[in-house]
Amino acid sequence: MSAVVLETRQLVKRFGGITATDKVSLTITQGARHALIGPNGAGKTTLINQLTGVLPPSEGQVLLRGQDITTLAPHKRVALGLVRTFQINQLFATLTPLQSLALAVSSRRNAAQRWWRPLGHDADIAVECEQLLQQFRLAEHADRLTRELPYGKRRLLEIALAVAQKPSVLLLDEPAAGVPGAERQDILDTVSALPADVSVVLIEHDMDLVFSFATRMTVLVNGAVLTEGTPDEIANDDRVRAVYLGDTQLQNHG
Amino acid sequence: MSAAARLLAPSRWRVWEYALWAAIWATPLLFGQHAALINEIAILALFALSLDLILGYAGIVSLGHAAFFGVGAYGAALFAKHVMPDPLVGLAVGTALAALLGLLTSPMIVRGTDLTRLMVTMGVALVLLELANKFDSITGGTDGLQGVVMGPLLGQFEFDLGARVASFYSVAVLFVAFLLLRRIVHSPLGISLQALRDNRLRVMALGMSVQGRLAAVYTLAAAWAGAAGALLAQTTGFASLDVLEFHRSADVMLALIIGGAGWLWGGLIGAIAFKLMHDILSAFTPQYWTFWIGLFLVLLMLVGRERLFRPATWFKRGGSP
Repeated sequence: MSAVVLETRQLVKRFGGITATDKVSLTITQGARHALIGPNGAGKTTLINQLTGVLPPSEGQVLLRGQDITTLAPHKRVALGLVRTFQINQLFATLTPLQSLALAVSSRRNAAQRWWRPLGHDADIAVECEQLLQQFRLAEHADRLTRELPYGKRRLLEIALAVAQKPSVLLLDEPAAGVPGAERQDILDTVSALPADVSVVLIEHDMDLVFSFATRMTVLVNGAVLTEGTPDEIANDDRVRAVYLGDTQLQNHG
Repeated sequence: MSAAARLLAPSRWRVWEYALWAAIWATPLLFGQHAALINEIAILALFALSLDLILGYAGIVSLGHAAFFGVGAYGAALFAKHVMPDPLVGLAVGTALAALLGLLTSPMIVRGTDLTRLMVTMGVALVLLELANKFDSITGGTDGLQGVVMGPLLGQFEFDLGARVASFYSVAVLFVAFLLLRRIVHSPLGISLQALRDNRLRVMALGMSVQGRLAAVYTLAAAWAGAAGALLAQTTGFASLDVLEFHRSADVMLALIIGGAGWLWGGLIGAIAFKLMHDILSAFTPQYWTFWIGLFLVLLMLVGRERLFRPATWFKRGGSP
């Protein structure tokens, strides 16, 4: 078994009387392809928000490579290699993809607070941006304003910005949501081409994508972990079937 | 073109930028009889440039930018009166005091919505105005701070009644500020400010500190607003409650909106347009000039800058260029 990279211990989040996260203990190993599934309202996004530090947990701990990061500010977690993408694109509308990526790469290299030399002064950063643009099939759109890009390309940029951080743990929140046919394949390709040593946590409703990608799965129901296992185990689990009763996609994979 | 060249392209100086700066430097030489107006325009331009940094780039709306202008003005005037009359040292002092106020008030503009920021910035300016009014033993209250005598600039050039030295002084400070801010807005830090304006959440998710950046840019903008205030106090030899009044915050916003926020030249062009309109309109109708500037503002916002300045597009349907 590989080393544990990201871990939660008995994580609890309450909103008033509602328990959105209920004693969730999760371990993500290095290089994992770990899917987090569950019906709507299962608490997936709330869990992600606690991992990234947007929401403080009510109880429990979050550990990154053994270091307790439960109270660490979101941007400092990113610097430690815990990076996410968003279910709804969070991009810079008036910057170009090239500028956005240059900023992301600069941030990772601790160069985003430089104020004297122009962006693009550092040739290494520019070269890295070119590679990312190629990798995410954005080269032809690199100099248009982000707000003018087609939706599928914006979705790719969303993922590219996260990958530009060279994460050790990458949280992908429904990467293919809303992307039409042809461009969808681009996203699946780029996601499956992520470096093997990166631990990927995938939240996705699309069971085709989940079962083709994940080697380990956790099922969340009502904020708590229902079960965890390999895709085969999950597909054959009666309790999971009960939760997803009527979900033909899951049954097909069983 | 390589990615590096494409990233660097926006930071390159254009020919028209050189030409405009040559023209700006030429005005105090060629139009010495209007030196006082040129001085006023340069000061408003510097003030608007500072507002552009926070409004046009970082997206922080402020209706209280006069707070920094006023602190710079009183700081420089009091320093000249009580400590030493050297203009450059006084300018540095006024600038530093405004920067300090910017740093101290920056936590207030980090949170909340645009409306919150509008009200908080306006509130800070109102508090300072009333403090200046209350402590009239220091500020001179409603009479203003009298008897500010400036020493010669660089130990050589005495401020003259025709304001010639003043106009060169203010244009020079504006030039320095423009050069500095132009470098900053094209740097990674400057681009990250635009990113902040577009999407704060993502800036955070890329591992950058939002609060640190906002505090830095707000402090820097406050400093240059303070420099503008210091210039006014030094070149007129006077500071009064007027430097903190609400209309200053509103005027500078007007000037910036006229020139267009978010490209640095907007503050300069807006200041020129605003002051010239003021000068020309008030020559015709001394009491009602604000009617015309109000009407112009309404047209500008409703029609849009692009369309308003391209008469060819006026009678085409829906043809926004």
